Amino acid sequence: MDNLQILIQAPIFSVQLLLDGLLVGAIFALAAYGMALVWGVMNIINIAQGEFVILGGYVTYLLAGHGINPLFGVPLSALALFVVGWVIYRLVIFRIVERDLFTSLLATFGVSILLQQLMNQLFGADIQNADAGLGTTGFAGGDIAIANIKIVAFGIAIVVGAVLVLFLKRSRLGQAIRATAQNARAARILGVDTDRVYATTFALNAALCGAAGALVVMTWVIQPFIGLIYTVRAFMIVIVAGLGNVAGVVVTALGLGAAENFAGFVLGSQFQAAFVFVLLIAILLWRNWRLSRQRRYLQ
Amino acid sequence: MSGRWSRLALRVALVILALVAPLLAPAFQTQMAVLWVMVLLSLTWDIMGGQMGYNSFGNIVYFGLGMYATAVVERNLYFGVEEYTDVAGGAAAQLSIGQYLTGFGLGLGAAVLVCLVVAVVIGYAILGLRGHYFAICTLGLALGAGEVANGWDYIGAGSGLVTPLLPEGLGARGIFYYYYFLILAALCFATLRHLYAGRFGLAINAIRDDEEKAEAMGLRTTRYKTVAWSISAVFLGLTGGAYGNLIGFIDPLDVAFSGGTLGVWMVLMAILGGKGTLWGPVIGAFIFHITQELFWTYLLGWQRVALGLLIILIVVFFPQGILGWLRERWPRFFGAAPDPANDPARGESA
Repeated sequence: MDNLQILIQAPIFSVQLLLDGLLVGAIFALAAYGMALVWGVMNIINIAQGEFVILGGYVTYLLAGHGINPLFGVPLSALALFVVGWVIYRLVIFRIVERDLFTSLLATFGVSILLQQLMNQLFGADIQNADAGLGTTGFAGGDIAIANIKIVAFGIAIVVGAVLVLFLKRSRLGQAIRATAQNARAARILGVDTDRVYATTFALNAALCGAAGALVVMTWVIQPFIGLIYTVRAFMIVIVAGLGNVAGVVVTALGLGAAENFAGFVLGSQFQAAFVFVLLIAILLWRNWRLSRQRRYLQ
Repeated sequence: MSGRWSRLALRVALVILALVAPLLAPAFQTQMAVLWVMVLLSLTWDIMGGQMGYNSFGNIVYFGLGMYATAVVERNLYFGVEEYTDVAGGAAAQLSIGQYLTGFGLGLGAAVLVCLVVAVVIGYAILGLRGHYFAICTLGLALGAGEVANGWDYIGAGSGLVTPLLPEGLGARGIFYYYYFLILAALCFATLRHLYAGRFGLAINAIRDDEEKAEAMGLRTTRYKTVAWSISAVFLGLTGGAYGNLIGFIDPLDVAFSGGTLGVWMVLMAILGGKGTLWGPVIGAFIFHITQELFWTYLLGWQRVALGLLIILIVVFFPQGILGWLRERWPRFFGAAPDPANDPARGESA
């Protein structure tokens, strides 16, 4: 709690925390948007979401190890994860699309553990990051220092999100995806190859996570076992914003980034992850409590 | 008549085997004690996961809570908890038999109390959630509890907590805990068998099959759910409390709130054996633990990768589990219910 005193005595510091949090929040928005896409179209909550993010981070980390600027890692990670997502769909997910929720939850949970442990075996349990070497910029006479990479990452996240929204709205495949989300059976009758739509959706989601992971490894760090917290963040953002609400997802994600940053500073960084999980439970309970007064529940 | 006698003889033989097994193979006492821990984990997961259709990833919370509650009481009874968080200094503490048993008993009492209170309070709140929301909420609960334990200095934070050593004169550590877990597992099995056979079992199966209808029929669903959750919590607390002492060292993320190992295994074992059946989780735990002990070491670090693969394979291709499969194959011998709709092994497809 001592840190709270610092915030009160030096208000400029809270501006720093706010900006840092908002910029990181855009990265969460990417993973959350992917989760909302898969959830809306396929009715699957992908617990392996966070592992896709971390895997994307490792792709960029490996590329950076070979002397490639990590910024190029963003499209390359996305591409690599698109392939991974497609393969996982073809091997596992297509078998569970039409099955009950118990199965899909547990199966994606299995995928999550598999990827987690695979990364642990392949890359080791150490914390890694990739430095894009962009330096920092001082604002307000040097009182606020923001790493340039965070600003770049924010920009990239927004651009990627915008491209995806345009793709869904304008392209033929995007229309097919939206049609399938509304009514898969009707879409099938009208000649939409729903299996291909599902595969593309799942792979697109993985690609989004891959791009997010590339940004995470540049702005933060990655480690094989920190994936689940990204899943939880994405889930939390989606349930607050609602499915198919892009603006809501972005705003909530930025808010979460800022809230988390403040909590991490005030409570101590060892409790930042705990804060995210407690916030998840609090949000779920609050939403459900509001509904339960009308004899309804979250579904 | 002869069939009945041979079945009785088989049961008696199995009980005797369970009682003398650790004496026959003293080198494997600890592994055999852990076997009963596995049975307990998978049985308690199945109350919610199988019989009630509530997919919980968070049951490990009670395991960890029980472990910490027991250890903290044991330590505080004769020494300050701070002395024990220091790994080197704490391990040397030597207790007499009486002191140890008092501490252990009071610790387990505290574990039960803590788990019960938490289960009722949290359960009443989060059991209103359904489906995806419940599953992810419990996942958050388990991960959050681990993170809090990992950051809380009083219980040793990330560097863990050492439990008191079993004093000389109570037999080998493996034997003592083997019988503890054996009795606890038998107690848990008997309790569940009794509960599943009665009104409680019918009620939670009704919740699994159609919660709306169950509620419309006048069942106090939240109350039943809270009771089911509390039963798992109490047994898990008792298991966790003793497991901490068996292991001797409590690590917040790898032992107490071990989402990646025990937390996943309990789900896997229950599904492997056949979720929603009484014997399924027991069979699943036996098969999983024995396979793991025999073959896991040959995988050289790839065990957990194999575990993820195993979960996917079982969930996707073998969701009915061993007992469910046997029932489909030979309904006559494995007591299939006359009406397939009543068959718990198939209930989840409805």
